[in-house]
Amino acid sequence: MNDASRMPGLRAGRLSPEIYALNFSDAYPPLDRHEALVAADRCYFCHDAPCVTACPTEIDIPLFIRQIATGTPEAAAKTIFDQNILGGMCARVCPTETLCEEACVRELAEGKPVRIGALQRHATDTLMARGVHPFVRAAPTGRQVAVVGAGPAGLACAHRLALHGHAVTLFEARPKAGGLNEYGIASYKTVDGFAQAEVEWLMQIGGIGIETGRMLGRDLSLETLREEFDAVFLGLGLPAAYALEGAAQAGVRAAVDFIADLRQADDLSALPVGRDVVVIGGGMTAIDAAVQARLLGAEHVTIVYRRGPDRMPASVKEQRHATARGVRILHNAQPVAVLGEGRATGVEFAYTAETDGRLAPTGETFVLKADQVLLAIGQWLEDAPDGLERDGARLRTDARGRTTMAGVWAGGDCVAGNAGLTVAAVAQGRDAAEDIHTALGAGKDTR
Amino acid sequence: MADLATNFVGIRSPNPFWLASAPPTDKEYNVVRAFRAGWGGVVWKTLGLDPHIVNVNGPRYGVVYGADRRVLGLNNIELITDRPLDVNLREIKKVKRDWPDRAMVVSLMVPCEEWAWKQILPLVEETGADGIELNFGCPHGMSERGMGSAVGQVPEYIEMVTRWCKQNTRMPVLVKLTPNITDVRYPARAAKAGGADGVSLINTISSITSVNLDDWSPEPSIDGKGSHGGYCGPAVKPIALNMVAEIARDAETLGLPISGIGGVTTWRDAAEFIALGAGSVQVCTAAMTYGFKIVQEMVSGLSQYLDEKGMSLDDLRGRAVPNVTDWRYLNLNYVTKARIDQDLCIKCGRCYAACEDTSHQAIGIGPGRTFEVIDAECVACNLCVNVCPVENCISMIELEPGVTDPRTGLVVRDEYANWTQHPNNPAAAAAE
Ligand SMILES: Cc1cc2nc3c(=O)[nH]c(=O)nc-3n(C[C@H](O)[C@H](O)[C@H](O)COP(=O)(O)OP(=O)(O)OC[C@H]3O[C@@H](n4cnc5c(N)ncnc54)[C@H](O)[C@@H]3O)c2cc1C
Ligand SMILES: Cc1cc2nc3c(=O)[nH]c(=O)nc-3n(C[C@H](O)[C@H](O)[C@H](O)COP(=O)(O)O)c2cc1C
Ligand code: SF4
Ligand code: SF4
Ligand code: SF4
Repeated sequence: MNDASRMPGLRAGRLSPEIYALNFSDAYPPLDRHEALVAADRCYFCHDAPCVTACPTEIDIPLFIRQIATGTPEAAAKTIFDQNILGGMCARVCPTETLCEEACVRELAEGKPVRIGALQRHATDTLMARGVHPFVRAAPTGRQVAVVGAGPAGLACAHRLALHGHAVTLFEARPKAGGLNEYGIASYKTVDGFAQAEVEWLMQIGGIGIETGRMLGRDLSLETLREEFDAVFLGLGLPAAYALEGAAQAGVRAAVDFIADLRQADDLSALPVGRDVVVIGGGMTAIDAAVQARLLGAEHVTIVYRRGPDRMPASVKEQRHATARGVRILHNAQPVAVLGEGRATGVEFAYTAETDGRLAPTGETFVLKADQVLLAIGQWLEDAPDGLERDGARLRTDARGRTTMAGVWAGGDCVAGNAGLTVAAVAQGRDAAEDIHTALGAGKDTR
Repeated sequence: MADLATNFVGIRSPNPFWLASAPPTDKEYNVVRAFRAGWGGVVWKTLGLDPHIVNVNGPRYGVVYGADRRVLGLNNIELITDRPLDVNLREIKKVKRDWPDRAMVVSLMVPCEEWAWKQILPLVEETGADGIELNFGCPHGMSERGMGSAVGQVPEYIEMVTRWCKQNTRMPVLVKLTPNITDVRYPARAAKAGGADGVSLINTISSITSVNLDDWSPEPSIDGKGSHGGYCGPAVKPIALNMVAEIARDAETLGLPISGIGGVTTWRDAAEFIALGAGSVQVCTAAMTYGFKIVQEMVSGLSQYLDEKGMSLDDLRGRAVPNVTDWRYLNLNYVTKARIDQDLCIKCGRCYAACEDTSHQAIGIGPGRTFEVIDAECVACNLCVNVCPVENCISMIELEPGVTDPRTGLVVRDEYANWTQHPNNPAAAAAE
């Protein structure tokens, strides 16, 4: 601890370089070969395995684990990528404790599931380290598809379309591809530039052109895309928005933007962070923002969530991860206003009570001191193109990923009912690609 | 992906992985599901003459577990098919018609009389099956009736029945051998003499897996009594590999096609059988333990291995046979010493216990609980390597020619020298 660590206000350089490096290194280091063999040995090779059902991309988990156990992690990786081309990222970021590993029969038997996520990383890392791309593109079909948004949904869709021989153009508003893999996911989950490396590896399939800095609504219109391409896929994600009294002051920002800056920073010690940080929300974004604020040297970090701990979208494991790093989590309180005169000094909260699923303030309020407020609540797809029907804040699609407009598909966070996970976005992107392929193959004009 | 297509004694299959004659292949339902899962072929559960046999109505299996209840060995007291002959024949015909690219071999066991074989062979031929396998291996139940291993233990019978079959059918004839004999080369030679197209081995090994210590009955216990069963699964693989190798390198049976069976559980096991000369491999216990899906791992693993080696399946077949030799031809001038990698060592002391108590007192304990090999004592038995819990922690390092072995005081020589030339060998001295 140095003097800077106790200074109030938004300040950079609160910690020594060594501490920054330690704090932001790989949170869960990879398994070595022996550890992987021991972990793989625990899998029962279940029939109609519950872990597979629990995986949104339905990776054949018993098969890939058996392939690791028999000394062919490369074949295991192929089994994974067959279902989930971002299996490498998912191995790092999936909340496995609420997906495959929660369903694992050894979780039921012993409370100790097979380490599916870690094994998946072992397999995919092994193959990717060889620089091998295990798929060969089908002969070109002459069909052109526009994919808007190069996040997990768009990338999975583009890869599957390219695999089938279609020509894909990926339009991405940001300077880099990857979506929240690049700008959102906590940095200690995906160290050493993995997100970009994965994109480059994925592109080796060929047949995908990428145009960054091209934004639908600003540089492109859906109408033109529908005219120029045989089909359009929208993987726009869900930008953060916020409407809270006093939120326009200095020191207040969307948690996703705070994280995006952090992910793109070359020098962590140049990043300003508050001494008293308040994070509002209860999902993965809130957890990641809070933890990383602590790791950047904030002294007091509090997450405030409006409902009880059991209703929190972040898993128990994620919550423990945060509390173990000194983050305090307050439940049953909702924000009333950000206090301050042009610069945040605190946040006023009202206690809440939930009766029959309905949330109401109890009337009692309190104030938390804050020089930095990070909002991880209330996302809204503001800039969705006109003419597409919504379901609440997000786009309406059918089970195949078709929007209400002919020739336009959508998937990922921008779609209603999506689970808000990388793996769910991959599943929807892939499935939409299959449906587009069917639609194009059937010779139908989808325009 | 390497091409795994197989042609074994003229029987074609998309891969060399066949299901052995046993419960996995005893009816259409199973075999169709197996083919759907990707198996290259099957040997149908052994048929006999009507009236069909009956099985016990209590437990059929005994088991030997490894850690974590992993099935290492299985024994069974099941007999041949207990369904009417015509039901089996009808199903075989239908499955072969629906799955023409898969190998369909039919296992047979009828009394040791020519009329019985003459009666069943045309019925099988009529199904369109690709070949037959003579079950001379079943060591329990059927052997009490003069069939199965009772035939397989008498080379003259093997030769006789094989000849009857060759004379009465145009289908390729495989002879399935029992391991319950002293030297497997004799039954293999008999099969060849009778005209067999190939041999399959091994069938199960006579065994009692365990004894219940409360009611003093062998397992599986049928109303308080048990009978020896046939042992199979991973535990029998070493026995099977040796028998396959013995036949593959026997001058009298050189080139006789072999279908390798016994404990095949992963692609590696299969690759080892193939390297020892097997043209196809058969699997029973692994499928019974894990289900038909394991074949996907076998296919992906074997093709990855072949690709990495830049070999074809034909290149692999028999690749290890020239390296199987008699003890007396092993190079006595090949001198190695155990070496412990101190960075990997976790200081458990297992190597020390093994060497100190049961071997050659060649490991010393140094300050700070460090374990070091004493070269002057190490006979290079590699027991320490085998008991060390850390992979690659102890390795056997070859001494270069010219170096003095501190144990024997002799300089390691460059040339190959074996027991037949050794001064201590009375026979070698006599030959001079
Ligand atoms: C801070 C944070 C942490 C998270 N942690 C996890 C985690 O640990 N595990 C997990 O499974 N999930 C996590 N998630 C959720 C996960 O990141 C998302 O569910 C996933 O990225 C959704 O993928 P997507 O492709 O739908 O959208 P995104 O990843 O948001 O990608 C959308 C892309 O579209 C681009 N785009 C948007 N609009 C336009 C336009 N008009 N024109 C052109 N391009 C456009 C965007 O720039 C972006 O690149 C986290 C999310 C956040 C915010
Ligand atoms: C329950 C059971 C029944 C078997 N029945 C037969 C049979 O009818 N005919 C036969 O030739 N072999 C039979 N076998 C032997 C197998 O075909 C095979 O040779 C043996 O199990 C070794 O292979 P494995 O280690 O893969 O199980 C049977 C084995 C088992 C376990
Ligand atoms: S549920 Fe668990 S034990 Fe069963 S196949 Fe999946 S990972 Fe293996
Ligand atoms: S495996 Fe099936 S047939 Fe056998 S005892 Fe169990 S339930 Fe009965
Ligand atoms: S058995 Fe292996 S790990 Fe244990 S003390 Fe010996 S060398 Fe070290």
